[in-house]
Amino acid sequence: MKRRDLLGWAIKLMGATLGGFVLYPLARYLVPPSIPEAVTRRVVAAKKGDVPPGGFKTFPFGAQPGILIHTADDRWLALSAVCTHLGCTVQYKSGDRMIWCACHDGFYDLDGRNVSGPPPTPLERYVVHVEGEDVIVEKAKA
Amino acid sequence: MNRLHEWLRDRLGLEALQHVADKKDVPVHRHSFWYYWGGMTLFLFGIQVATGILLLLYYRASADEAYESVRFLMTQVSFGWLIRSIHSWSANLMIGAAMVHMFSAFLLKAYRAPREATWLSGMVLLGLSLAFGFSGYLLPWNELAFFATKVGTDITGAVPVIGPFMLRFLRGGEHITGGTLTRFFGFHVAILPAVTTVILGVHLYLVMRHGMSVPPSVEGRTPPPPRMKFVPNFLLRDMVGWLAALALLALLAALFPWELGLKADPYAPAPAGIKPEWYFGWMFQTLRVLPAHILGVEGELVGILGIGLGGVVWLLVPFLDDPRGQGPRARFWRWLGVVAIIYVVVFTLLVYRGAKP
Repeated sequence: MKRRDLLGWAIKLMGATLGGFVLYPLARYLVPPSIPEAVTRRVVAAKKGDVPPGGFKTFPFGAQPGILIHTADDRWLALSAVCTHLGCTVQYKSGDRMIWCACHDGFYDLDGRNVSGPPPTPLERYVVHVEGEDVIVEKAKA
Repeated sequence: MNRLHEWLRDRLGLEALQHVADKKDVPVHRHSFWYYWGGMTLFLFGIQVATGILLLLYYRASADEAYESVRFLMTQVSFGWLIRSIHSWSANLMIGAAMVHMFSAFLLKAYRAPREATWLSGMVLLGLSLAFGFSGYLLPWNELAFFATKVGTDITGAVPVIGPFMLRFLRGGEHITGGTLTRFFGFHVAILPAVTTVILGVHLYLVMRHGMSVPPSVEGRTPPPPRMKFVPNFLLRDMVGWLAALALLALLAALFPWELGLKADPYAPAPAGIKPEWYFGWMFQTLRVLPAHILGVEGELVGILGIGLGGVVWLLVPFLDDPRGQGPRARFWRWLGVVAIIYVVVFTLLVYRGAKP
């Protein structure tokens, strides 16, 4: 091997090393860290007076919205408000007694079962307790 | 490989670029060392652009989230501390390199005809760099940044006639709020980069057009100084300097990571020992040593006007100095430059001595 070739290789090697030192942190930096979300099991979703019979309210349940429904016959229901189709937030149509997703016209019944439109699976149901003035929503035990 | 090169050559007009590269050369004489500082500033600017874009991926420009997003970046994101630290250190080194570039151009009288516009565009670029520094400083929304911005914008507000308007314009209102942060963010990542790109293009075009200036002490000599090809000879030497700068940056960023400090609290008192970034230090110190009143006028106002006037004279020196770079007028301006450098250096150092009037 000629001296010139050897030097050429040495420079390439140094360049690759330097490039590696720059590119490795860069590649690592571009990937966002995975932070485990604190699991929310129980929240005070509303005060009793906030939601009249026939009304509903969405509330933060961890990082995702939940929906709290106060039916005309005074039952409290809570479900995940994230549509199982493409993740829009659903709402309650009291006239139809249905949960409706406005994005693609998906319907769920009050048990969360997907009854028409594109949603592929039911909404997750939560357990509701009324304690004094607080309406408390809890994840159902697995 | 050859076919790819031919394909590109036919489409991009690479011969023209090759021709420009072949034509450019650099005079070799005992002051040639100072030719490297413009390229050094440009290299560090490149680092700023690259790391700045990376910081944008995690930064959130709002008073509620800015500090937390930078803390997240520094504590959770892989190498986030490194990217931020390099951005901060490189900013300081870049302004340092730009100052060396400016003062050496001044003392070597590189601003003489036909390079007046090169000098003017360079001064604008230095002003833009300072504006980058000032606007970027606020973005982490920490205590020091908050008060530095308060003081800096207050100084602008003291300028006669346009001051009050400028203060409102900079702050986006009377006070420093989340609105100020949004504005500074906009200045820092959109307006200043856009303006800088244009002015930098002009500056580099002018450097290409007029070639390197030869100082008066070398100019008249026979035979004229030898010349070195820019590509590859000078460029390779440039790159050795860049590699050294990169090593220094890595060292500084790793050994002295840039701190985040405490979150800004608009209702808390200013912390003790607060001072601006070093490149504003000489102005800060000048204002600090002036008495409250000078001949019945507010000392602060005299200082601001004096610094402003000095800046205008410095800017216009290509039109005031002797175009031959020789004779008594040329000597006067050279000595004035030396005095200015000594003043800036001494007053900058005084900031760190904690000197008080």
